[in-house]
Amino acid sequence: MTPRIRRLGLSLLTASALTLAAACGGGGGDSATEAGADPGEKIKLTVDLFGDFGFKPLYEEYKKTHPDIEIVENVTQFNDHHNNLVKRLATNSGAGDVTAVEVGYISTFTAQPPKFTDLKQFGLDKRQADYLDWKWQQGLSKDGAQVLGLGTDVGGLAMCYRKDLFEKAGLPSEREKVAALWPTWEEYIATGKKFAAADVAGAKFVDSPGEIFRAMVNQAPVGLYDAQDQIIVDSNPDVKKAWDLSNQLTQEGLTAKLAAFSPPWNTGFAKGSFATIICPAWMTGFIQEQAQDASGKWDIAAVPGGSGNSGGSHLMVPKQSKHPKEAAELIDFLTSKENQAKVFKEEGTFPSIPELYDDPEIQNFTKPFFGDAPIGKIYSDAAKALKPQHLGPKEADVRVAIGNGLGRVEQGKQTPDQAWAQVLEDVKKIK
Amino acid sequence: MSTLPLAVTRRRGQGMRHTLDVRVSPYAYVAPFFLLFCAFGLFPLVYTAWVSLHEWTLLSETQTFVGLDNFTTLLADDYFWNATFNTLSIGVLSTVPQLALAIWLAHLLNRRLRLQTLFRVSLLLPNVTSVVAVVVIFSQLFGRDFGMINWVLSWFGVGSIDWAAGTASSHVALSVMIMWRWTGYNALIFLAAMQAVPRELYEAATLDGAGNFTQLRRITIPMIRPTMIFVVIVSTIGAMQIIAEPMLFGQSSGGGGGIATGGPDRQFQTLALFVYEQGFANSTFDFGYASAASWLMFLAVVIVAGINFLITRRAKGGLV
Repeated sequence: MTPRIRRLGLSLLTASALTLAAACGGGGGDSATEAGADPGEKIKLTVDLFGDFGFKPLYEEYKKTHPDIEIVENVTQFNDHHNNLVKRLATNSGAGDVTAVEVGYISTFTAQPPKFTDLKQFGLDKRQADYLDWKWQQGLSKDGAQVLGLGTDVGGLAMCYRKDLFEKAGLPSEREKVAALWPTWEEYIATGKKFAAADVAGAKFVDSPGEIFRAMVNQAPVGLYDAQDQIIVDSNPDVKKAWDLSNQLTQEGLTAKLAAFSPPWNTGFAKGSFATIICPAWMTGFIQEQAQDASGKWDIAAVPGGSGNSGGSHLMVPKQSKHPKEAAELIDFLTSKENQAKVFKEEGTFPSIPELYDDPEIQNFTKPFFGDAPIGKIYSDAAKALKPQHLGPKEADVRVAIGNGLGRVEQGKQTPDQAWAQVLEDVKKIK
Repeated sequence: MSTLPLAVTRRRGQGMRHTLDVRVSPYAYVAPFFLLFCAFGLFPLVYTAWVSLHEWTLLSETQTFVGLDNFTTLLADDYFWNATFNTLSIGVLSTVPQLALAIWLAHLLNRRLRLQTLFRVSLLLPNVTSVVAVVVIFSQLFGRDFGMINWVLSWFGVGSIDWAAGTASSHVALSVMIMWRWTGYNALIFLAAMQAVPRELYEAATLDGAGNFTQLRRITIPMIRPTMIFVVIVSTIGAMQIIAEPMLFGQSSGGGGGIATGGPDRQFQTLALFVYEQGFANSTFDFGYASAASWLMFLAVVIVAGINFLITRRAKGGLV
């Protein structure tokens, strides 16, 4: 009973946080309004995040070495967090001293360098050598002259699956054999059909096609945007292919029709409503939190279709921050090599510092929850093989338009062709 | 003036002060409201109209005057009409049963009962519950896989309904949430009006052999007509502005869709949610377009409220 109550509480919390955010709109920012503190008084730094980044223990550690710093963390729901940031930048008030930006939004914000502090002026350009090159590049202003954000994690792809459900369906359940089932997405779907044929009670093959679509697009060399920041959804064959494959999942009846991050999706974890889920590194933290009773039942295998990145974030300092220097120092600390390794072990978000990938401590890291899967090695391999993709300024809007299309097919409202036509119309309207 | 004796001048001054007092003071007394109304009601209304004539986004520094372009685009926008239809549909589905139920509840409570204060207070409880809590809990009740409503329906052989997916079913679900919150509130208003109806009328009717329902129909409803007009208008305006319920339902129902699209097919996106989507829920922050939509929504509210006013006023003829 306890986990259920906790879940309800959680969803209530998120929901209320969300309406609060919606209601307060640009007016929020209760904490960032503190004026420059008197000498001797504590400096309050606000950190705006869109989920649990696993920073809490790090704050405590930081406070020990910086007794004059107080840190307040504000967590808002994903979309609201980024929308609020846009509003707060435009109105020049309310943004945190440190704010997280997810990769889907990073180009939106790096396109507005005057709104952010150039971290170079606090010497953070020295960190370039630490980072994966593409991750570093994503945090730069468009002309490359300014360092606006430092990376936290990358979302190298893998596929999480339920061993027990695979066994029930008569499929192999060891991770190498499972990976061998699906070198390509076509074979992944074929495996899904076998799973469906076994008719495991109460379980579908996959949660919903949305995140699968995102993963497939991310694996392509070019995604929703070309290098000139033009939306190429209608002309990129890789996008169309991902669309078709995603809808195939729906049409074969392989999805549980549970949109990611919704409360029923959370329940689906607990009830074992789906056997596989696309698993960027950060997803492992989610699974562990949502499927508390399913310890040892989940495992991680290689993702179909080769490597790709899905998600990951940067930390930025809005220009309106009263304490840019302290904020920059905090970012330096939170994204340091040691701390990225720590956060990975706790939260599963995978470091963006390649030196760590060969570190035996990461390489040999396993998690009992995932049947002692060598998650350090799996995500290191994924991150090393990663080919970065150019992301455009309105990625998030384009993704919503496509996600709605996939949803319409999933809810049986439209055929894939009708839905695609509407997606293209919607995408055209994005200014 | 200077030729007049001093006393006269003084009296005249007093008289003027008196006239001023009589003529001006009432306005001064209501002025605070109108000042506030101008600042928070009229000004935004006018400014919204001004914004709606521009190509105006939050992020761009310049705003170009485009005349009625936003309105013409809007009138040709299927999503706008879809939202209008959804608003009217949810409005009718929630308001009509809600008011009928409220009158019935008020009628039941309009008699001597044990614990009547308890009953009356509990009517108000759903209304003081946070809308977020209501929608989150109702979204679970209306859940497709593990929802209690589908579970109960399954006893009667009804297959599991994906409430959020269908247009009609999602409207029903949202209407239930709205009714849950507002029925008791309206019942209390009706109850207050009913208490003002003279007892003698009921006593006379009882002597004449009129039953409970006849008394409700022939005495109560005609007597509380002004209150009914008020409640109908206020409920209509409320129903036309529904936003929190569909927005939260979309996010907590698992059907997917954008944060403010009201389901992937916009099957339950209301007008207010449409405005929010255009103005705040995408990275364009298209204030011009959202303002135009707000203005059309305002006109729609005025029209629908006006129609309802006429209907309720005419209702007298049919009842008495």
